Amino acid sequence: MDHGLKARPLFDPPIVRRAVVDAFRKLTPRQQARNPVMFVVAVGATLTTLLLIVDLARGSAANPAFDLQIALWLWFTVLFANFAEALAEGRGKAQADSLRKARQEMSARRLTGGNGNGREERVPASQLKKGDLVVCEAGDAIPGDGEVVEGIASVDESAITGESAPVIRESGGDRSAVTGGTRVLSDRIVIRITSEQGSTFLDRMIALVEGAKRQKTPNEIALTILLSGLTIIFLLAVISLRPFAAYAEADSGLTRSTTTVPVLIALLVCLIPTTIGGLLSAIGISGMDRLIRRNVLATSGRAVEAAGDVDVLLLDKTGTITLGNRMATAFHPAPGIEQVRLADAAQLSSLADETPEGRSIVVLAKDKYGLRGRELAAPHVQFLPFTAQTRMSGVDFPAQNGRPPLAIRKGAADAVRQHVAMMGGRYPGEVDALVNRIAGGGGTPLVVAEGKEVLGVIELKDVVKGGMSERFAQLRRMGIRTVMITGDNPLTAAAIAAEAGVDDFMAQATPEDKLRRIRQEQTDGHLVAMTGDGTNDAPALAQANVGVAMNTGTQAAREAGNMVDLDSDPTKLIEIVEIGKQLLITRGALTTFSIANDIAKYFAIIPALFGMLYALDGATAGPLAALNVMRLASPQSAILSAIIFNALIIVALIPLALRGVGYRPMSAAALLRRNLLVYGLGGLIIPFIGIKLIDVVVSWLGLV
Amino acid sequence: MSALDLLQIALFLGLLIVCTPLLGGYMHRVFDGERTFLTPVLRPVERFLYRLSGVGMKKEQNWKGYAVALLLFNALGFLFLFLLQLVQGALPLNPEKLPGVEPFLAFNTATSFVTNTNWQAYAGETTLSRLSQMLGLGVQNFLSAATGIAALLAMARGLARKSATTVGNFWVDMTRATLYVLLPLSLALAIVLVSQGVVQNFNPDVKATTLAGETQILPQGPAASQIAIKQLGTNGGGYFNTNSAHPYENPTPLSNFLEMLALLLIPAALTYTYGRMVGSSRQGWVLFAAMMVMMIVLLAVMLLSEFTPNPVVGAAGSMEGKETRIGVANSVLWASATTSVSNGAVNSMHSSLSPLAGGVTMLNMMLGEVIFGGVGSGLYGMLVFVILTVFIAGLMVGRTPEYLGKKIEAREVQMATLAVLLPAASILLFTALASAIDAGLSSRLSAGPHGFSEILYAYTSTTANNGSAFAGLNGNTPFYNITLGLALWIGRLGVILPALAIAGSMAGKTVVPVSSGTFPTDQPLFAGMLIAVILIVGALTFFPALSLGPIVEHLLMTAGRGM
Repeated sequence: MDHGLKARPLFDPPIVRRAVVDAFRKLTPRQQARNPVMFVVAVGATLTTLLLIVDLARGSAANPAFDLQIALWLWFTVLFANFAEALAEGRGKAQADSLRKARQEMSARRLTGGNGNGREERVPASQLKKGDLVVCEAGDAIPGDGEVVEGIASVDESAITGESAPVIRESGGDRSAVTGGTRVLSDRIVIRITSEQGSTFLDRMIALVEGAKRQKTPNEIALTILLSGLTIIFLLAVISLRPFAAYAEADSGLTRSTTTVPVLIALLVCLIPTTIGGLLSAIGISGMDRLIRRNVLATSGRAVEAAGDVDVLLLDKTGTITLGNRMATAFHPAPGIEQVRLADAAQLSSLADETPEGRSIVVLAKDKYGLRGRELAAPHVQFLPFTAQTRMSGVDFPAQNGRPPLAIRKGAADAVRQHVAMMGGRYPGEVDALVNRIAGGGGTPLVVAEGKEVLGVIELKDVVKGGMSERFAQLRRMGIRTVMITGDNPLTAAAIAAEAGVDDFMAQATPEDKLRRIRQEQTDGHLVAMTGDGTNDAPALAQANVGVAMNTGTQAAREAGNMVDLDSDPTKLIEIVEIGKQLLITRGALTTFSIANDIAKYFAIIPALFGMLYALDGATAGPLAALNVMRLASPQSAILSAIIFNALIIVALIPLALRGVGYRPMSAAALLRRNLLVYGLGGLIIPFIGIKLIDVVVSWLGLV
Repeated sequence: MSALDLLQIALFLGLLIVCTPLLGGYMHRVFDGERTFLTPVLRPVERFLYRLSGVGMKKEQNWKGYAVALLLFNALGFLFLFLLQLVQGALPLNPEKLPGVEPFLAFNTATSFVTNTNWQAYAGETTLSRLSQMLGLGVQNFLSAATGIAALLAMARGLARKSATTVGNFWVDMTRATLYVLLPLSLALAIVLVSQGVVQNFNPDVKATTLAGETQILPQGPAASQIAIKQLGTNGGGYFNTNSAHPYENPTPLSNFLEMLALLLIPAALTYTYGRMVGSSRQGWVLFAAMMVMMIVLLAVMLLSEFTPNPVVGAAGSMEGKETRIGVANSVLWASATTSVSNGAVNSMHSSLSPLAGGVTMLNMMLGEVIFGGVGSGLYGMLVFVILTVFIAGLMVGRTPEYLGKKIEAREVQMATLAVLLPAASILLFTALASAIDAGLSSRLSAGPHGFSEILYAYTSTTANNGSAFAGLNGNTPFYNITLGLALWIGRLGVILPALAIAGSMAGKTVVPVSSGTFPTDQPLFAGMLIAVILIVGALTFFPALSLGPIVEHLLMTAGRGM
């Protein structure tokens, strides 16, 4: 299957090539100014370079080779950060390109003069306006986002979703939305265009994956403020260092200062949080990217962040927690009725019932009692489909071969009770007890009556998906509460909730109930995520902190949510939450790592700067050389090693930034302990080792 | 160092732990307006004061109103004290006929007492009249301490309240802090101190002839009352120039012990008060524990350094700059306490401490005076670090960082960063200035790293609103009076205002209910992280400066070289 959105390797060669070029393109002041930390590095690099040129021109450079290397590594630091960002963006851009192919100039068959009987004209898709009606037949590309107002068709949406199996789109109901750029495979539909060209779903998707309209998220802004604050503090520390050093140099009778401007800039760049500063935007972009690879589109980075904060999940029972289809699991005969008679009547009444429930009754009767489905000649037999009014379905046999006419009905208990009472029959109390027992156990009871005689009850059960209760236990450990939403009665709902292991449930929930529940949870301080597809879900989707609309859903639902799941898999909500958490963890881990790194850098640079102070006459080192705990070869190699480490660590951490810190569901306390150990303690120790190793290499190569 | 020394230190710290919930619980009731054993006596006085000043007891202010009231009150206090010093020559209660104070010095001194610092560029007994000491300094000792407590209360309320707009009433908080906490405690301490021989009178100085035939002036005055509040209110400005090294300020081992305890008492107890205010004592104890651990570790470094033989003079436990009646261990314990708590009262010369011990006293202050710190100011400073810690580490649990259920967002991070940035800028930039120009360098007593330490210590002490002096540096010059005065204001308002802004924005937030996904802030792990963040931020900011002062001095000393 070849399409835009699924997994690409982390370092796809064409993307890497493009990122290398982009790393240089991003050297413009405008781009750099977006990131205060890296801006300081860029200014430092420029300054060092200019000073070197001036010194060379004047012939006053004391150690041009050393200054040149500092300047180069400062530029590398900037470029590496640019590269990280470009790489993260590049993956999105490559996806956008393949999406654009789907948007190639299409023509549309617009209907004029009203629906159905109007004339047809061919216009370019770009001229379509909101409200226009267009016709699409097998083979036509759908020219824009819209709603099916007439007909039913199978549509190939692989250009958007990557899913090659066609989907059904039909007028009315919750499967009426179609997306521009997809293709009708069979039949004919009439579509009312719902969005202007340029703001269609496809356009928005391209903009999203490209990161064209990427804005800093609230947490990113807060972090940038902190990083800028730290940068200013270190700027002060380095600026004040110059007079401090001059004081001490004067006192120790040194004539040549070691604290030259390039060295001070090198120290500054080592101290300011360049690791997290350089990778911050890449982390944010790749968070969106990880969602896209799971076929989820987030309308903003803010939504991804909010996903990490979510602590209440509203999950639709059907399709998310249970397989979605109720299956017949048992026949419970009324007193005095043989089981096989009940099964037979149940099967007869379900023969024409094409719903999964109906089929499961036929199958169960066959499996248990060997009853075969029979061909019933249509003229004699009349099937009654289920309607909301009667809440029963069934079959009527006319009087035939001396048999009296026969009517079999099956349906909800109270409907059948009414039906039997109307016919003058008796509704046995035992059946009532059966019905209550089944409902209490989470099943759905269907009462079967033949004429005025109640035969018994069919037990239908909703089957909970495998592994769900473990999943919910996991969520509970993460501090996330799950609420199951269902239209079932409270008894049924409670039983399924207990079986699935959710924390809470809402029975007989209407869309208004959902909305009210979300508002209530939010007033109590919770952040709520939910999925939905129907138009009546739209208000709740808009109200929820994270509203994931199913791609199969209506246009209204897709507009209301802040994410769209192209696979229309409600279970994915759990993954979305995990991705949100992973994004925040990655930021926190790299911030901690970056700050912890500074300790080692001080121990490299301070002795290098101050090692000669207060030295005895003729001695090669003063007292502060004792701080050189890494035993670095020389002051110059110490400074160079620190700045090289500082630049290389950005590159080394790009995979982590793009992939995200590994996330395993566990309690916050456990997670914190683990991450502190890895990124806090690790951040403290690794640079000592890294700088030492680089120093060995630098000395061996004779770079200084 | 003897076992007895260790026992005394243990007793001291143990007593502090015992007192914390007792006084802390009492203060919680006081500031909530609940009934205490002093209510029958003091409530009428309190009501009378409100009626007199027209303060509505139930009328609360938002953070801006609170901040404006605080600024106004401090400005008036400053003006009054400034003018009082200028004209003291023409005012009564001036038995030594001291003239009006020179304006730069008056500016510095007024600022110093209004900011709860009590940096003393003047010598108390030879510069200020009895009236200036009592009506000016004495009054500010109470009010500046109460200001610190008030600011903390506002911040605690901001953190505790949900979807609120107000953070309390400044005037009510000030009144209660003074009336129910500072006055009764000082009264009690002053009486005990008088029993130990601290002077408390209005007599002129006594001239005495010593056995050697020299004349000696024995200064007199209302010392005990001022000493009690300078200890309790973490002010530190002694009645006499040599502060608590003076036998009339600190005559006996018992007075020394009590003065040290008084110095830590309120800042420590406020952690408990805070815990109660935010509805979880554990939240208070975690902060107490973090402060205590830092204090003990840094004290251990100081003791170790003091009791390690000095290779230059070849003796351990140098008595230079220390009182024989107090001894080394108690001098070091006091030095640790007075610099941890932004008090600044001294019972020995910090300049004479071993280089590392002197460095630790500076580090104590550079860390932002959050190891107990000043009354109120220590804890609100600590809460700023709490916010930073929660923000940095809290992300690692995969949620937007939250403290006490409230999300830490851009505004709080901005203000917390500012509260760390401004003091750091003040210390670094002023020290850089002073160590580069003659006006700064000429005041030094020593050259080399020790001279650098003198300058660094002065700006650190004033910015941290500590007020202790390294001794050696002549701070009474126009350059130092002005720059140190500015450092005082930056150190005080540069933290109070951001803290109040945080209170304001936090008060309005809703609370996310606690779950197992919540970042835990009442666990030992959090105390550990808090310590790490404080040490790392402090160390990273000041390591270069410290390495050119105390650290290089220490290394020179261990190499057997004096400067």
